[in-house]
Amino acid sequence: MRIEGVPASAGYAEGPLFDLGRPEGIYASKASSAEEKTSLEAAIGKAVNRLVAMVETADSDAAGILEFHIAMLEDDALSGPAFASIASGIPADAAWRQALDAEIAGYEASDQDYFRARATDLRDIRDQVLRALTEDGGSTPPAGAILHGVDIAPTRFLETDWSQGGGIALKAGSTASHVAMLARSRGVPMVVGLREPLTAGAGMALLDAEHGTIVLAPSPMEIGSFRQASSSFAARQGKARTFLARPAATKRGTAVGVQVNIADPHDVDAIDIATCDGVGLMRTEFLFGKTLPDEETQYRAYRKVLEWAGEKPVTIRTVDAGGDKPVPGFTVEEDNPFLGLRGIRLSLARLDIFRIQIRALLRAAPHGNLKVMFPMIATSEEYDRAAALFAEERAALAARGVAHKMPPLGIMVEVPSVAIAPEAFAGVAFLSIGSNDLTQYVMAAARDNAAVAHLNSVRHPAVLRLIGSVAAFGRENGIPVSLCGDAGGDPASIPLLLEAGLRDLSVAPAQLAMAKAAIADVPV
Amino acid sequence: MSAAAEATVLITHDVGLHARPSVKFTKLAKSFAADVEIALAANGPWFDAKSIVKVMAAKAPKGTVLHIRANGDGASDAVRALIELVQRDFDEDAGHVRSA
Repeated sequence: MRIEGVPASAGYAEGPLFDLGRPEGIYASKASSAEEKTSLEAAIGKAVNRLVAMVETADSDAAGILEFHIAMLEDDALSGPAFASIASGIPADAAWRQALDAEIAGYEASDQDYFRARATDLRDIRDQVLRALTEDGGSTPPAGAILHGVDIAPTRFLETDWSQGGGIALKAGSTASHVAMLARSRGVPMVVGLREPLTAGAGMALLDAEHGTIVLAPSPMEIGSFRQASSSFAARQGKARTFLARPAATKRGTAVGVQVNIADPHDVDAIDIATCDGVGLMRTEFLFGKTLPDEETQYRAYRKVLEWAGEKPVTIRTVDAGGDKPVPGFTVEEDNPFLGLRGIRLSLARLDIFRIQIRALLRAAPHGNLKVMFPMIATSEEYDRAAALFAEERAALAARGVAHKMPPLGIMVEVPSVAIAPEAFAGVAFLSIGSNDLTQYVMAAARDNAAVAHLNSVRHPAVLRLIGSVAAFGRENGIPVSLCGDAGGDPASIPLLLEAGLRDLSVAPAQLAMAKAAIADVPV
Repeated sequence: MSAAAEATVLITHDVGLHARPSVKFTKLAKSFAADVEIALAANGPWFDAKSIVKVMAAKAPKGTVLHIRANGDGASDAVRALIELVQRDFDEDAGHVRSA
């Protein structure tokens, strides 16, 4: 069965399906019948061990019952039919249930009361093993699993171990969601907006996140062509990787700066600084995941990235909470969060929290080439207030004799008011176009709403025209302009962005190679 | 050394060859190397006496004449020991009908 969706992070994943919405107590099917077999053996063993432990404290009547259950569970004749079903491709839980239900039916059909009553024991035995099976792994997906559900929380993404592969397939979701960004930066294949829900998935699935499809219960032929497409993708990526080490340049040799977007300070551990021109966007929301980070935690996170980048610039964005990124104890609940108290608006409303971040940034600045930008700026007053807070905190640090440095302060261009009338911002140190938010606001299409995903295109002439005019404003006023949205890493959008006049892009680390390869093809 | 043995015994235990008696019966059967089988009639069907699932499936109530046969090492010892176990009412308290 093949279900179409929208590719959100290119790549290929082959693995067992894992239902993100499953309540505890639902079995997670495995990738192969060998694993299903192991899983059932382990569950039977677990059930027996529990019974053995219970026998030790039971009276003789109870012990008699428990020993009967143990003897039944240890008898291969009971599990034999289940293992046979597993070998034919049925998941362990269904195989065990079928086998035991058949056995139970035999007891229920008996004409002797005593035997009919034993059906209850058999049901108990059945459920003990099912319980042990569902506990297996709990809510942790098996290695290399394809996580599916309506949507996935960013924390869930970050908690997942992607080192063994795996992918994401969502019914809702959006290519501009934060998980989609994270997936692209980590190279985790992801498809959103699936046209049909994945029916209780069993066994293997094939996720083609280059074209946006998922195949359930694939045929050998489907597996064959999937693997072919997957290795062709890997080969193209490999070819693109040859561009990695070189500075990016267009076909005509025009230099283009390519920086990386990062979310977690640990993201840089996997990036060779030589392959990029610095960090164009370091998000700080994820530091604000579950609790508000103290100054020291923030300072260490910023310093780590600054030291990693050395001479190269690191642009840290002050916290952009709100919108689709709620932070308990910080953000407020709103009917229309994308149009509400988010980004700099929220920071200016919660100076206690903002000042902590400002101090951490000022203290980290001497450790590298720091630039700081403010998200969601709509008016120059907001920038002035934020810059004044930097000056105040700087003076306070100086008075206390704490090492610090004032970084250049710039703004994100994502609210249309700034893109339409940039002249109010002639005094900022730099401009960074946040194409995801700029697009959603220009097109009036929430980026987390799959129903309007088709409207959310940076390639719409209205969005491109604004980008072009911001780039021209920067050139005329000697203000550097870069772009740090997803469009910067999208090979289809790159030519249009360069034609619009941009010469600095910041992309997800996983897209660095493909972006440089795409730039090399652009005739500007 | 290979051997075969066969004998019959009347089940006198109140609830027959059921849960707890079956546990004892199959445990004892498993202590012998010989293949051991039971049947409710001389012409079968024969059930593996070492599998509690099969023994339970035989559904032998009180008053059943149980056929026991063994083949292989210690076959006659196995049959004798199992017959005795049934005759002793599986070492259960005869006056007390167990629920399991």
